[in-house]
Amino acid sequence: MNDKVKERLLSVLCAIISIGAFTGLWWWGTQKTGLGNLLPDPGTVLKAMGGYITGTVGKCSLLMHTFNSLRRVLIGFCIGSILGVSLGLLMGRYELAKAIFNPLYRIIRPIPPIAWIPISIIWFGLGEQAKIFLIILAAFANTTLNAMTGSANVDPQVINAARMLGAKEGQIFRTIVIPASVPAIFAGLQVGISCSWASVVAAEMIKAENGLGWIIQAGMDNNNMIQILAGIIMIGIGGFILTCIMRTIEGVMCRWNKSGR
Amino acid sequence: MEQERKIKTIIDCVNVGKTFQTPEGEHEVVRNLNFSAEENEFLVLFGPGQCGKTTIINMIAGFESATTGKMLADGKKIDKPDVSRGVVFQSISLFPWMTAMQNVEYGLKIKGINKKERQKQAQKYIDLVGLNGFEKSFPVQLSGGMKQRVGIARAYCNEPEVMLMDEPFGALDAQTRYMMQEELQRIWSTEKRTVIFVTNNIEEAIYLADRIIVLTNCPATVKKEYKIDLPRPRDLVSEEFLALRKEITGILDSSQLEG
Repeated sequence: MNDKVKERLLSVLCAIISIGAFTGLWWWGTQKTGLGNLLPDPGTVLKAMGGYITGTVGKCSLLMHTFNSLRRVLIGFCIGSILGVSLGLLMGRYELAKAIFNPLYRIIRPIPPIAWIPISIIWFGLGEQAKIFLIILAAFANTTLNAMTGSANVDPQVINAARMLGAKEGQIFRTIVIPASVPAIFAGLQVGISCSWASVVAAEMIKAENGLGWIIQAGMDNNNMIQILAGIIMIGIGGFILTCIMRTIEGVMCRWNKSGR
Repeated sequence: MEQERKIKTIIDCVNVGKTFQTPEGEHEVVRNLNFSAEENEFLVLFGPGQCGKTTIINMIAGFESATTGKMLADGKKIDKPDVSRGVVFQSISLFPWMTAMQNVEYGLKIKGINKKERQKQAQKYIDLVGLNGFEKSFPVQLSGGMKQRVGIARAYCNEPEVMLMDEPFGALDAQTRYMMQEELQRIWSTEKRTVIFVTNNIEEAIYLADRIIVLTNCPATVKKEYKIDLPRPRDLVSEEFLALRKEITGILDSSQLEG
């Protein structure tokens, strides 16, 4: 236990040092080299971010923009991952489902969500729906495969154990295949949440009134480098927080599994 | 005439053969196998390493079907797994996301028995296998021997007519293995069931069995049968025990040479 605390402290310390060193290098570059002409220094950006949080960028504060992006991601990710995980579990367990859906899925999967932007605008207009549609696609495409691998690879002896205890196919799917696939499902959800977050930013850069993508887009339109960087940093932090939350949920759900810790 | 003894045959294996199709051609694992297991009998199938013992257990369990001949349970042909035949696996194969208690009560839960009742029964078997206090542990937190205790309790808790045990202690270290053999002997004496137990360990076979069926090397068929009527619990170093051990090992060696 003590060793674990030590290990944890050490990794936090390393993180601080590496981020600090990067920021230092950035600062040094803007002060001592020609980089200063292309890039504001970190102090200026952080100060501006503080101002954006207490004040506003465009119509609302930086945190409100972040919240708007998060809201879109959460709605789209929930719908997309439920669809993706369900389809994946079915395809992994049932040959027929795989034969029918897998070819289609394999064609759709490599299409990046941004390629759908024109179609989503034609179908759903410029509002919320178009953005959420893109996120659904991103979450769906990235969660299906892992769920499929998970349910296809459930130990056949474990399934036999359930059969000899009297479980019918439906019960096996519900009580054995799904829980046994949870670690694999979470591997997909991790990727899915990252891709969803990346997609919302892309979607907001096309047309939005708010959100982190809008901040960057508006910064570009006004040639405001500080605003662009503030947006980028916030996207990084938002993505980091989302994956942390996902990891925590995974830890709780997979506490029976060593890899889930 | 002797008084008619009523012996109920639980499992009947009639001329059973099993051949697997492999890329290299047909692979015959079991040939012309005949034996039966009687009520409350501890029957040991003993044979060399890869002689198809697991295949035999899988066919009795209903996980696999015989290529020729038939497997009967209570006179009915076995074509799928059934709650009347509990299995204890060499790979243990617990449900790792369930606690020990949830593993043991799974069969009852599937049957739709209410929580209070099924936990009461599961507790009885958890106590029987000596896992009191570990009800809430996940399999990953238990040692190999304790995991297999859960495996045994899980199969017992469904109260099957027959227990099929496929080298259940094969993955355990020698010390734990001895302990588990004693435990199994005790459990079986407390809760009498027909047991079909597969092993490649002669000491284990003689220690546990009412009757030992010695199998030949692949394809497996009955080589010889021994009735073991040493008093229980058995003494591993008694003269009778050692003599039996020597005799059975002897015929096994020759059968392996033939193979």
